[in-house]
Order: sequence, then C-alpha cells, then structure tokens
Amino acid sequence: MVKHIDAIIVGAGWAGSIMAKELTEAGLSVVMLERGSERTTPVEGAYPESIDELRGAIRKRLFQNLSQSTLTIRNTMDQTALPYRQLAAFLPGEGVGGAGLHWSGVHFRVAPEDLRLRSAVIERYGEKFIPEGMNLQDYGVSYDELEPFFDKAEKVFGTSGEAYKVQGKIVGDGNVFSPDRSDNFPLPAMEDTFSASVFRDAAKNAGYHPYSLPAANASRQYTNTYGCQMGPCNFCGYCSGYDCYLYSKASPNVNILPVLRQDPRFSLIPNAHVLRVDLDSTKTKATGVTYLDTKTRKETSLSADLVILGAFQFHNVHLMLMSGIGKPYDPISNTGTVGRNFVYQTITSSRVWLPPSTYTNQFVGAGGAGVAIDDFNSMNFDHGPLGFVGGSPVWVNQAGVKPIAAALGAGGGGTPRWGSAYKDSLVNTYKHSLGIDAHGSNMAYRDVYLDLDPTWKDAYGQPLLRMTFTWKDNDIRMNQYVVSKIEPIARAMGATKMNLVHLNAGQPFDTRTYQTTHLGGGAIMGENPQTSAINRYLQSWDVSNVFVIGSNAFPQGMGYNPTGMVAALAYWAAHHIRTTYLKSPGPLVKA
Amino acid sequence: MKKPLFIACILGAGLTGSAIAQDTDTATLEKGRYLAAASDCAACHSVHGKPEYSGGVSFSLPMGKIYSTNITPDPEHGIGRYTEAQFSRAVREGIRRDGSTLYPAMPFPSYARMTDSDIHALFVYFRKGVPAASVATPDNEIKWPLSMRWPLTFWRWIFAPTPHKAITRTAGEFTDPQLARGAYLVEGPAHCGACHSPRAITMQEKSLTADGGRLYLSGGAVVDGWTPPSLRQENRTGLGRWREEDIVAFLKTGRAETGSVFGSMTSAVLHGTQKLTDEDLRAIAHYLKSLQTADQSQTPWTYDPTITDQLHKADLSSQGARVYIDRCAACHRTDGKGYPAVFPPLAGNPVVMQTDPVSLVHIVQAGATLPAMTAAPSSFTMPAFNHKLTDQQIADVVTFIRHAWGNNASPVSAEEVEQFSKSMPPSDMADDTPALN
Repeated sequence: MVKHIDAIIVGAGWAGSIMAKELTEAGLSVVMLERGSERTTPVEGAYPESIDELRGAIRKRLFQNLSQSTLTIRNTMDQTALPYRQLAAFLPGEGVGGAGLHWSGVHFRVAPEDLRLRSAVIERYGEKFIPEGMNLQDYGVSYDELEPFFDKAEKVFGTSGEAYKVQGKIVGDGNVFSPDRSDNFPLPAMEDTFSASVFRDAAKNAGYHPYSLPAANASRQYTNTYGCQMGPCNFCGYCSGYDCYLYSKASPNVNILPVLRQDPRFSLIPNAHVLRVDLDSTKTKATGVTYLDTKTRKETSLSADLVILGAFQFHNVHLMLMSGIGKPYDPISNTGTVGRNFVYQTITSSRVWLPPSTYTNQFVGAGGAGVAIDDFNSMNFDHGPLGFVGGSPVWVNQAGVKPIAAALGAGGGGTPRWGSAYKDSLVNTYKHSLGIDAHGSNMAYRDVYLDLDPTWKDAYGQPLLRMTFTWKDNDIRMNQYVVSKIEPIARAMGATKMNLVHLNAGQPFDTRTYQTTHLGGGAIMGENPQTSAINRYLQSWDVSNVFVIGSNAFPQGMGYNPTGMVAALAYWAAHHIRTTYLKSPGPLVKA
Repeated sequence: MKKPLFIACILGAGLTGSAIAQDTDTATLEKGRYLAAASDCAACHSVHGKPEYSGGVSFSLPMGKIYSTNITPDPEHGIGRYTEAQFSRAVREGIRRDGSTLYPAMPFPSYARMTDSDIHALFVYFRKGVPAASVATPDNEIKWPLSMRWPLTFWRWIFAPTPHKAITRTAGEFTDPQLARGAYLVEGPAHCGACHSPRAITMQEKSLTADGGRLYLSGGAVVDGWTPPSLRQENRTGLGRWREEDIVAFLKTGRAETGSVFGSMTSAVLHGTQKLTDEDLRAIAHYLKSLQTADQSQTPWTYDPTITDQLHKADLSSQGARVYIDRCAACHRTDGKGYPAVFPPLAGNPVVMQTDPVSLVHIVQAGATLPAMTAAPSSFTMPAFNHKLTDQQIADVVTFIRHAWGNNASPVSAEEVEQFSKSMPPSDMADDTPALN
C-alpha cells in the first residue's frame, strides 16, 4: 500500500530538520526518513555515558556503519577503486541528527566572494589565471540574498560570536573581512582558551586580524526561536563525535526536533534506508520514495508531492544517481552534472610547543571556540604573484584533547611510540603544546568526481558510490603558502619547537588519517543546467519537485566550515518553496 | 440546605438519554476538557499505552492494592450508564453508582466544592469528548475483612464535606476575584492538598481549605517515594522565595528559575497544569503566595559563597565535595546555581532543604527527566546514580548540597540512603511515558 504525504524528507540532519520545520510551518504533512537509529539528547546525551571516549570518538558511536554501506575511493581515473572500510579520513554521521549531532560547532557564514569565486578571480586576475582542468564556478546566489537566512539560522543555533559590522556600523572586534550583518550574534563570543589568547596576541602583533570563531556552542544559556533550550558550554571538550550532555552544542536534536516532534503534521521514521526516489514515466516528476526498513528488510513506498534530499553530501549524490535524477557526470566529455565538482577541503594541522613553564590546559576546549585569522582566506590577499586560487583561515581551535586521543597522538616524527621517551613526549605535548590549523579551500577539477562503482555493492544490493579524488597542485601550493605564514606567528608565541605540517607536491589523498568531514559538491547549484545539477534554489533542474539540500551544492570547497552555509541554503530554499513553489509547483528557474 | 444537591438531581434526571445528545455544544465540551486537565483526571485514570481514561492505575495502600476505574463512556466498564446526578455524586461525594463509597484515593473531598456548572461540563466531556474504551478495571487486591467498603461510608460521613457545605463554606472566603479563582482551582479541581497537605492517622487531610488553618498545603507525606513539599510561604522549604511568575512558569512548563518539576508532580504538570490558561495559572500563583508560613522558625536563606570559594580553590575537604565536583558540578555548577530553567539550582532550592531528604536521595538514585511541555519543547535528563555511587557517596553528596551555599538542612547517613533505596521509584527513563524530545 502506498501512503501519500505532502513532503518526504530524506535524512534527519540539519538540512532535513530545517526543511521539515519550514514545511510543517507552511501547513504541509511531512515524513522524515532517517537511515540510522533514533537519537534524543535526554537519552543518548545523558551524562556521563555520552562522554565515554572509547565508545564515542574512538569506536565511532555516532558515525556511519560502513559494514552496511560505504563508498569506494581511488585517487585517479586509471586506478581501481576499493571500498572505504574503516572510518578515518572523513566521518559521515548516521542516526537522527546526522552530522549535525557529531559536529564540533564552528558556525561560519560565507565569504561573499566565495559565492562568486569564478567571477571574482576573473575580475581581478583574468580568465587565464584559472588553471587548466579547474571547474571554477559561481553559486548563483549572493551574500545579500542569503543574509536573512544566515541570521535566522544563527538565532536557531544559538550562535556565539563577536560581530564586526552590523547594518554598516562597526560594532566590535570581530572579523574585519566578514561582511555586513543585519543583526548581532544571539550570544557573545566564547571565551578564549589560553592557547587561543596566545595566538590572538601573536597574530595581532604580526599585523594580522584575529577574531573569535563563531561557535554554535552556547556561551550562555539560550532559548531559541522555536522555544528550544540550550545550556551554556563548560568547555568539557566533548563536542566532535559526541552528543552534548549540556545541550550547549547546537544540533537538530537539541534545537529543532524537540518542537517538530510535537507537531502532528510531522513524523520521523528511523531505520529507514531510502533506496531511490521514484519518478514517473517522464522522469521529470518524483512520485515519492522507496525505502528499506533496515531492521525488517522490508521495502516500503511512500508517495508525496515534494521530495527533499537532505542526506549527507555524497548520499544525496548517490540517491540522485540511483534514481536517475539528472544526467550523470562524464569526466571524459566533461558533460553531465551529477557527480561533477566533487570537492573537499585542504586541511593541515601543525603543532607548536611552548616552554615547560607554560601550560596549555588542553583538556579544556570547545569544538567551535577559538581564534582565527582570515588574512589568507578567500580573496582577502593578493593571489596574483602566488598563482593559485583559494585560501585558508588559520586558527587555534582547542576542542579539548581527550585521554585516548592524547595517547594516540603522541610519539612519531622522530619520537618513539613506546617506552619512557614516548611517555615524556606524551606528557610534554599534552601539557605544553597547542595545535594551529590551516583550514583551506579545495577547488573542483574535471577529473575529480563521483560516480557509481562498476564492481562493489552495498548490503542492500545497490552499487556503491565511487570517489575519484586526489590533491592538485593549485591546492597544495595554497596550503604550503598559508602554512608558511604560521611559522612567524608561532615564533612570536614563544615556541620552543614546532611541527609545521603541509601538503607536499605530488602527495596523493590518503584515506587513512582524519582530515575533515567537510565534503562538498557532486550535485552543485548554479545558473547553468549544463554545469550544475540544481538551480539557485537548490531545485533539481531535471525533476522540479525534488530539492537537494546540503554541501553537495557547493561548487568549490571553501575555507570555512560548511554547516552555517548549509543551514542558510536550507532556509533560503525553504523560503522560496513556501513563497513561490507551493503556490505554483514547477521549475523556479527556467532552464 | 439540601437545595443545590436537589437541583443537581433534577438536572441529572432531566439529562438522561437523548437529552445528553443535544447538550454537547462545543463550548461546554471544551470547558469540560479544560476542567479534566485542571483536575488532573489523567494522572490517576490513564495508563501509558492504554486508551485514555480507561483506568488501571494501581495504588499501593497499607491494606493492599487498589486500581483506578475506567471513566470513559463505555457502558459496561466505564461510566456510560451514569446519569449526571450519579456522576456528580461520584466526583463530589465519593458515592458510586451502586451506592457504595469510593476509596478516598479519589479526591472527592476536594472536588466537593466544584460548582454544578463545572460538574456538568465535566460530565458532558466524559460522555461525549472521550472515546469509549472497553477495558475492564482490574480487581482490587484487598483481602476480607478490609475489602468491605461499608467502613468507608462512615469515613466519608465524618471527613468529606457535602458539596453544599463545601460550596457555601468557601463562597465568601475571598473577595478578590483573582484570589477567589485561585482558591477555587487549588482547593477544588486541582486538589493540590491531596498530596501537599498533611493527613491525620485516619487519612483525612488535616485541612481542605486556606481558612482551615496553617497545615493546609504545608507539605504532605511520602507519595510514591516523593515527599510533597510545602506550598506555603516558608522561606527555606516552601514557596517563600518563589515569585508569582516562577510558580506560573513552573506549572506551565515544568521549569522555573527557582526549580524544575520531578517525581509525581511531573505528571500533574504534563497532563494538567500546563494546559491551564495563563490567567488561571496567575490566579493559582497569587493564591499560593497569599498563604502564610506554617513553620515560622525558618531564618531567611541567603547565598553563602564559602563552599564556592573552596571549590574554586580546588579545596575538596568538605564531605561530599569530591563527589559533587566529579558528578554534579558539570550541570549544577560549583556555585550551586545551576543554569536555571535548564539545570535547576541547588543553592536555596526548597526541595534540597526539606526536612525529609527522601525526594533528594531518590532523585540522585533514580535520576529525573523533565519531559517536553507544549510551551517548552526541550526535555532534560539527570542520570540515575544508584549504580555509579555507593550509599556512602550518595549520603556524602546529598549532605554536601544540604549544607552548601547557605543551605542548612540536616545531614543524611549511608543507612538512610540504603533504606531509601528500597522505596526508590522507577526511573523516568524506564518507559517512553514522558516525551523525550
């Protein structure tokens, strides 16, 4: 039997939860399907079980079960891809809340020129500046258009930060490179950890412009626009990989789902693995979705007028490929859109040791707290003589070093991994060091993409998604340049030793060590249906009652963390669905 | 003297059969629904997972176990065959349709003062607004001779006021309309005294109304492992430092700056008070604030930072300080102030300073969950510590919070904690009863 609802949402993370809230507000009946299990903070987040490091970040309680479904990875098109069998380089979430439950909480807006990076680069350096094979593109939406939705999201997330400019007036010691805001942050910035304050002083003395990272870790207790409550962060350090027992880290579970669950128009089905979006015979209209109950292995079809894909970035791409929505990307002919412009971020973490008399108290921290400089991010510096596109914020983001992670992280690089020298190094590193990251952009390339694997299948019999990805010269040089700027800052901090980490020329992408979960692109937004899978309202060009919400929409990987942008895009798309689409369903942009 | 009851009987007689069908205008039905919430009928007559108001809630009394009845309109198991007069007699006088007396677990001595018009609305709601559920009430587990109901009749004659008496006696109690409304709700439908007033050895509440003396709402005996605190104006153990807006927030959302709901009261807020209008909640708060203190010996509580300063200097020499730092301070903070309305304060909290520490020990042992309310959708959990802490550690930490920050309650021993563990209520997390948003 097929049950009809107004809107189906795939995925119970930020994108899905925002869309569900908006669509129920518009009066629609909404069914949200989540592949993983139910998770509510009063149960899963209960103290102290929720901060068991072994169960949490080490055994990866909140992450995707790769034994059921994963993807295959290769560096280049001439290689054979193999399945990603152990979570390492990136950590997709699973269960209600998705990546929005296990994230750290760094909650950026966007550098306005990153939204029109192709145009900006051409304006400043000319079209020839863009390297051969780089698919540099604009988003098709401007910062001014998105601003109200960034503001709305911050008030839902309870974001802590210090503004620079509000309504044209300089109001505080915020990021001088950040664009104008319609309103201040709902909460004041998080306090600096000791390490962040040392970095702030050194960066300022070096002539840079340090600012407090905007954090969706509540610096005060907060009741958001939906009446959901947050407790204030106590810097316990259990953010990334954990559900916050203090209700301080924003998550769909804390900030949106409590109110949604009270709405009779809303229902959430966990353990529902969506196999495909069902299309009508014309392949231009979705009729609903078919999902598998992962407990009973029973397939169910639901019919709906509107289908929102709000799963993790590459799951959205996988679902589009499995459903036949849009044309799969072909790197040989450089045609097709689904799988095109798959991007990542270029991130390296360096370590600096301060004198033994200085304690960095690394056991404290918060995932979103820290101090950054944007002097080498986006278009904030002159790329002309450097010859690369993109950039990186540089920051000290002390998120709290947990005991097992501290032990695993010590040693190596000339220091033994066992014995008394290891122990000395562990103690010294834990007590006196700090990390500095270059958290950079990653450009899109013609031969970096996603498609369906010809060989490997998941536990449900569907082909795995195949990722073809490696580091490219442009991004390696960008990373090297920005990391070179860390050294003088570290010296000014009084470093006695430093381990500056950057990518090396020709270095391939290595899946074995954690880098970031900020994957992007693959089903990007844009103004041209030949080079983008979804239009500026995140609506499929090909199937107009399907909207695809997530970092899959990013044409390039940006230097900032993606969640704030994903949330703003979700509210942006929802706004246009509510004000335009629902009145007259059909394409919001003529192809 | 018998006039109102007589009128009620006439009304009741006139409203049988088809007459009822015509009398289901929405306003009356909705008024009845509202009164059912105000009277918290669900707390005793609804079981999670069964049809609403189909009864079966068990009450453990000294003489055995009794079960609440099905009050849906089902003719066989419910009240489908009750006339309005019979319904009124059951609710306000504790007399069943067959003439026998109800156990006073049913708070008919409080309901006695409900007006005829409210009883009518309640009747209409339970006949027309609640779906009939054919669910039989389990047999009471009381052995003869205690199972005989006739002694209850004598109890009723002696201790329960007739509606006429209850209504006329309280009619001139307050001239201020807000106080009068508050008194009506608290003393009548909301039957707060059923738990919050002390009872005599013969089980009747020592006082049923504000003018009945200072024992009214001065705190009751343990119910289901929780000690109902005083709702009078004691500075330390009552509502002396609660503002009217705190009481309103507490009853509407289960959380106020001064404390959060727990134990048996959670259900009363969830099913009852959160559904009341702000105006009625303000009336209740206004009325409660008008009740004089019962225990006049209490010195006013003021915040004492000594313990806070010690903890900030990592001085853990006070008994229980280490357990507090390790287990409690993350949410309740080293200054004991918590994050009000999210994590309740312990400093100055009347529950912490209650003479009988059983509620406090039980919260530590069993944990507590603040469920989602309509006006406050977030749900918060304090975990159970009975498997994590020894009796001695629980005694230490409870003693610590009863002494810190200006609190001045008596210490608690490991023996008491062990004793209390026998009456530990089931964890809120044991089933899905509260909505855990």
